[in-house]
Amino acid sequence: METAVLKQEFESVLGGHLDWQSRPAPERVRSGISEVDAATGGLPRGCLTEIFGPASSGRTSLLVSILAEATARDEVCALVDAEDAFDPTSAAAAGVRLERLLWVRSAHNAEHALKAADLLIQGGGFGLVAMDLGDTHPETARRISLTSWFRLRRAVENTPTVLVAVARQSNAKTCASLMLECKRERIAWSGETRLLRAIEVRVASTHRSKACSPVFTAKAI
Amino acid sequence: MFACLHGQGNLTALAFEFSPTVERTAPLAGRQEGTVTLDASGLDRLFGLPQDVAAALARRAAEVRVKANIALAANPDAAICAARGFAGVSVIPQGDEGKFLGTLPLAVLAPTPELQETLERWGIRRFQELAALPPLGIAERLGPQGLRLRELARGEAERKLVPLEEPLHFEDEIEMEYPVELLEPLAFVLSRLLNGLATRLATRGLATDEMRLRLKLENRSAHERTLRLPVPSTDTKAFLKLWQLDLAAHPPQAPVVHVWMGVSPVKPQAAQGGLFVLAAPEPVKLELTLARIRSIVGEGRAGTPELLDTHRPNSFRMTPIVAHALVRAASRLVSTHLVLRIFRPPRAARVAIASGQPSFIAAEGIRGKVLELAGPWRTSGDWWTVDPWSRDEWDIALSDGALYRLYCDPRGWFVEGSYD
Repeated sequence: METAVLKQEFESVLGGHLDWQSRPAPERVRSGISEVDAATGGLPRGCLTEIFGPASSGRTSLLVSILAEATARDEVCALVDAEDAFDPTSAAAAGVRLERLLWVRSAHNAEHALKAADLLIQGGGFGLVAMDLGDTHPETARRISLTSWFRLRRAVENTPTVLVAVARQSNAKTCASLMLECKRERIAWSGETRLLRAIEVRVASTHRSKACSPVFTAKAI
Repeated sequence: MFACLHGQGNLTALAFEFSPTVERTAPLAGRQEGTVTLDASGLDRLFGLPQDVAAALARRAAEVRVKANIALAANPDAAICAARGFAGVSVIPQGDEGKFLGTLPLAVLAPTPELQETLERWGIRRFQELAALPPLGIAERLGPQGLRLRELARGEAERKLVPLEEPLHFEDEIEMEYPVELLEPLAFVLSRLLNGLATRLATRGLATDEMRLRLKLENRSAHERTLRLPVPSTDTKAFLKLWQLDLAAHPPQAPVVHVWMGVSPVKPQAAQGGLFVLAAPEPVKLELTLARIRSIVGEGRAGTPELLDTHRPNSFRMTPIVAHALVRAASRLVSTHLVLRIFRPPRAARVAIASGQPSFIAAEGIRGKVLELAGPWRTSGDWWTVDPWSRDEWDIALSDGALYRLYCDPRGWFVEGSYD
């Protein structure tokens, strides 16, 4: 009752009805791919962004691009690698400053990866915390309860950290503020010379307010 | 007011218990007695009269088994002469130094042999006799050395102490009343040691970046551990948690009967934050987080990858992250690259060959017909060492929809990873 009176008094002093419910929109950071940024507005800080898609759909290229952009901003980033699949050579070639990256190699254990990500977020100070469940079996990833995702979302809330999860399918559901689904469109081969040249990736962005599907090309190193 | 201790035992430690300004006037040498002088001004506010200060010194000396003559005087040299010349406790009233020291033999002043011989030929054997001589005559016949001796004999010499640096040993130990088996009760003991050491460091404006722990075990063996911190700190809560995690990962093999801890004193790191300075994990907190993560994922599995200077595939090493060194690097071109997801270890594959190229692949979790491929890409290296390598690589698109890197080396066929 007192709160209602206070609200009324505020509104009378400030003039007009105030929106007490909505929160300010989170700050957004670049992903390193202009097409994705133009379509989604960037990755929200203090929120969970989920990148998913089948194998070889360009998810990891997108993640590495996000890491490269974050480390280029001089932010300290953490990558929790559930399947120990990260390739530092490719990442360095893609522009990731490895000295700004903390790589946690959870040996094929998604539960350990979740705990490690939680500890890193609680520790604070990271510009980006990424959890790579890209090679984790879909059933194992599905067994991660929604409560765990909700806990991660709550932990990252009100922090300047961007939390990114990569998986084969969407697991976090409503806990994710931004979902990016990757699909491979086309493969470019180099013929007889150096192997695979590039893949073209369509990113379907599922945002609360809008849906869009930009396309980017990931070139082989 | 100055106090002097002349005798045998740990005189310096005793002096430091009473005053931070201590001079080692004459060190202990074998059976020879040592002399230590301390600035006792201000002790009267703690103990009362000079006699009470002297009594407190004597009491403490008896407790720590130091056998020494104790003297208090208004100037250090008078106190030194009295401590060397009189047994027991001597308190020289201010202004009466000459009278008090008058009966002492000149040998207490340790003059040079030539000077002593001259004075003996003159028949001067005691302080009072030297003190009675006219200064001008002494200056003419014995020079400045003689004048200095006369001043000392009259108890009028004024000088400042040459203070001794307190030895910076930050160590502590606890003998257990009974052997401790579990880590939880041990944590209480560690907490006590850490708090004491951190307080001692903080009072001197110091911090530590290395802690050593030595546990004596019931089976007469020792368990030693060392913790290194990325930056100097005095955060006892973080230290305790780090020790708990370290001992949980490396537990002692038997119950603990004695705990010794030592820390390395270093100057604390001063860094001023700013509104526009980028956020980075707080070093000690990050170390704690990493210790917790290591306890989950295993030792050596959390750090920064550092690429090795070689063309050998998948060559890197893990190094500790240095998050606090916020050095702005030159901006690097960020572009979208196709990256590889590595299979660790590489998956051994059975490969069917058609027309000299792979046509069907079967490996753990991978099975399919090769739809498209490019290769081989032949690489080799380190042939000048004992560990050479060579391989032929193919990039393949399988019927399962994924893109893989396949390679063949002398050991057989392997799938290295998938492009993603």
